[in-house]
Amino acid sequence: MSTRTVLSQADITRALTRISHEVLESNRGPDGLVVLGIPTRGVVLAERIGAQLSSISGVAVPTGSVDVTMYRDDLRRNPTRASQPTRLPDGGIDGATVVLVDDVLYSGRTIRAALDALSALGRPRAVRLAVLVDRGHRELPIRADFVGKNLPTSAAERIFVRLHGVDDDELVAIEGGADS
Amino acid sequence: MTTTHLIRAVETVDGTRTDVLVRDGVVVELGSGLSATGAQVIDADGLLALPGLVDLHTHLREPGGEGAETVLTGSRAAAAGGFTAVNAMANSSPVADTAGVVEQVQALGERAGYVTVRPIGAVTQGLEGRQLSEIGAMARSRAAVRVFSDDGHCVSDPLLMRRALEYVKGFGGVVAQHAQEPRLTEGAQMNEGALSAELGLGGWPAVAEESIIARDVLLADHVGARLHVCHVSTAGSVEVVRWAKARGIDVTAEVTPHHLLLTEDLVSSYDSRYKVNPPLRRAEDVEALRAALADGTIDIVATDHAPHTSEAKHCEWDAAANGMVGLESALSVVHRTMVETGLIGWADVARVLSVAPARIGQVEGHGRPLAVGEPAELTLYDRGVSRTFGTEHLAGRSRNSPFLGHTLPGQVVATLHQGYATVRDGLVVDEREIADRAARVAAAAVLAAPEPAGAP
Amino acid sequence: MKHLLSTADLGRDDALRILDVAEDMADVSTRQVKKLPTLRGTTVVNLFYEDSTRTRISFEAAAKRLSADVINFAAKGSSVSKGESLKDTAQTLAAMGADGIVIRHPASGAPRVLADSGWVDAGIVNAGDGTHEHPTQALLDAFTMRRRVHGDASRGRDLDGLEVLIVGDILHSRVARSNAWLLRTLGAHVTVVAPPTLLPVDVSRLGVDVHYDLDEAIARVQPDVVMMLRIQQERMAEAFFPNAREYARSWGLGAARFRSLPHAALVMHPGPMNRGLEIGDDAADSPRSTVREQVGNGVAVRMAVLYLTLAGDREDSL
Repeated sequence: MSTRTVLSQADITRALTRISHEVLESNRGPDGLVVLGIPTRGVVLAERIGAQLSSISGVAVPTGSVDVTMYRDDLRRNPTRASQPTRLPDGGIDGATVVLVDDVLYSGRTIRAALDALSALGRPRAVRLAVLVDRGHRELPIRADFVGKNLPTSAAERIFVRLHGVDDDELVAIEGGADS
Repeated sequence: MTTTHLIRAVETVDGTRTDVLVRDGVVVELGSGLSATGAQVIDADGLLALPGLVDLHTHLREPGGEGAETVLTGSRAAAAGGFTAVNAMANSSPVADTAGVVEQVQALGERAGYVTVRPIGAVTQGLEGRQLSEIGAMARSRAAVRVFSDDGHCVSDPLLMRRALEYVKGFGGVVAQHAQEPRLTEGAQMNEGALSAELGLGGWPAVAEESIIARDVLLADHVGARLHVCHVSTAGSVEVVRWAKARGIDVTAEVTPHHLLLTEDLVSSYDSRYKVNPPLRRAEDVEALRAALADGTIDIVATDHAPHTSEAKHCEWDAAANGMVGLESALSVVHRTMVETGLIGWADVARVLSVAPARIGQVEGHGRPLAVGEPAELTLYDRGVSRTFGTEHLAGRSRNSPFLGHTLPGQVVATLHQGYATVRDGLVVDEREIADRAARVAAAAVLAAPEPAGAP
Repeated sequence: MKHLLSTADLGRDDALRILDVAEDMADVSTRQVKKLPTLRGTTVVNLFYEDSTRTRISFEAAAKRLSADVINFAAKGSSVSKGESLKDTAQTLAAMGADGIVIRHPASGAPRVLADSGWVDAGIVNAGDGTHEHPTQALLDAFTMRRRVHGDASRGRDLDGLEVLIVGDILHSRVARSNAWLLRTLGAHVTVVAPPTLLPVDVSRLGVDVHYDLDEAIARVQPDVVMMLRIQQERMAEAFFPNAREYARSWGLGAARFRSLPHAALVMHPGPMNRGLEIGDDAADSPRSTVREQVGNGVAVRMAVLYLTLAGDREDSL
């Protein structure tokens, strides 16, 4: 099994900075933005993006988390997993432009579950999606608005994302695939 | 269809090897190299000959409980276990508290033909513990009852127990007490102790058994009567019986096979195959019971064979009936718990499972030594095999055995009752054949009887 | 988790998992949409052989908040009345496609018998069996304690070092047993207080200390939590103690005894309360009383239990 690093810590930092600028540009500023990460690593990314948005724009952009465990469509196929906290900022999400953040976009089912979760939490004006890595193989009509890196992969390969705050180091790596 | 059997090269309990020739229900010759002419040969090389086992405590359920067992099916179960005589407890429906019921039970046993069925009479009418039953009538009936018991219930009223002990003296009988103080065991479900506290099941404290035995041995002493204690289950009860015997009190005691092997830990699963009265107790109690059986404080093993239908057992613990079947497994369990452990030898097995129960219950013609002229009531047992006890080894109507799945030693290969085989090659013989043989034996007895006085 | 039958068999990790998931479930109850789609399409049957509106409603609310379909089956059946047998009822529920069965039964061990029987292939949750266990009550009690002690930082925390007094009819109490085992698993220390007649003869398998005198126990133990158990009317007539007055005087949490508690000690009661008998108004209505929030926490904990026993692939076992 071979493992190769596709994003270094520096690459990740640059990608998040670029995403933050793109968000501000597409939203024409910071107004109404709420950044919500999908646990676990999406929350780390959301906090960093939120901090960057605040520092670039000079306005505090609220962040939080939205857990999707209870909304997944594959519960019956897997052992039960423990849920994670859902923490919304004090202002809630009604009328806000929610930027959902996750580390890897794959089949799209996690994002579908997140949209269901959001609809139970309030009524945003709009929902955007920012991901660190898009590895293709969508099973639902879901598209990311902001992407750190497009990484075409085969289904046999595995993507690892490690981030400070959750892991000891920071990188994105691909493992495996039809090996020679 | 011969009534002559030649048992070849069987080992006896005192270690000798012999051939045994049986004709017309009697042992007619012992020796080696006996002639097989006109005889059905049973090759008993490697087998042990025991006197036909005698159970002092069986529930045959008929009349009234035929869904679980009948006299016929219970007799088959007994034969499969190597028994040639059983004492049938009185808690049937109607209760065996009159001459009519006990004579009926005896007749059913005679007709079935597998074992000698000796009915036990109730001590009190309806087992209600208030008034003595017609003990005299039952004693004088054709059933000639000599053992009286309210088993299932305790004769708890001290005055009534005194009267019962006194009254049966007049008929040469014995009261067999089911020792359980009812007020201390209301709502009881299992042995009272740390485990019952954990499992949330009502406790059956040892003192409820021990206090009754203590009272009863003192009463028996005071009125000069015989007492028999059913299914002793605790170390404390053993101590009381030992004390009583040391004082010369005429008390005998029995222990069940399951109390020699199983402990209360099995109840943790709430599997009601382990629900029995008196309940399974602690390891210390099992140890004490084994030692007591070995040193004679406990005189006999009695099965307390208690069949129940599946509906009565396959439910929550509280609702389940008490009891385990035990006729088919008794000898193997005694083999495992008492012989394999070196506590007793095979002559003692013959004593505790045949000779002594026959004596205590006054069961004539059973528990006799292997000698010329003695009735042919014999069990041939293979000590060398081992089997996983399964439902195929049960021969009665019910399946509530706690030993299913256990590896038990030994197997009954043949049982002879009234000189004919009720078990042959390890299998119970067909009931029509047995009924036929029993009828012939009965007819022959009528013909051989002396002429009544005054007949022409 | 395949079934939840007891806390005696519940390991520390599984217990904490239930409590942590319950935190998230509790949040759901604060939202406008108090519903999750998690158990959509599953059928949960409340099989109650004993009357208990409160517990049954709590389980019903929990199941509905997870979008499960709920069927309430009030069954009569005791060895005395010979109602429909447990086996027949279970097979009927299996034929109806029950995915989960919440069972309350007067016979200790009935949920275990049901789970082991093979009569029905559903997740079994014990809502109280005889005098044996009431695991969800103990879990909601532990959840309540944890929240009061650690507040928002409760996730992942246990109850290490907590001193708990349980007072009342220990002999007949499934709440006491379940709490004793669970609290010990979570690191707390449990002392039971009762007249000797209301204690089992041998408590060694419960892992608790014993006192007969409540004032002495309070002084020695300095409890962080005092849990008062309900005295049932039936016990009055059965010679366990002379009368209600003597019981209240010696083992009731009246005003004076309440004042003698450590000032931060919590007062808990599984309900319903006999005011004036085992607990007085001062204790029951004080801010240190958790009686009302125990009810709300019960729904969250039961949601967590239903999720963990019914949502997964049915293969993983406890």
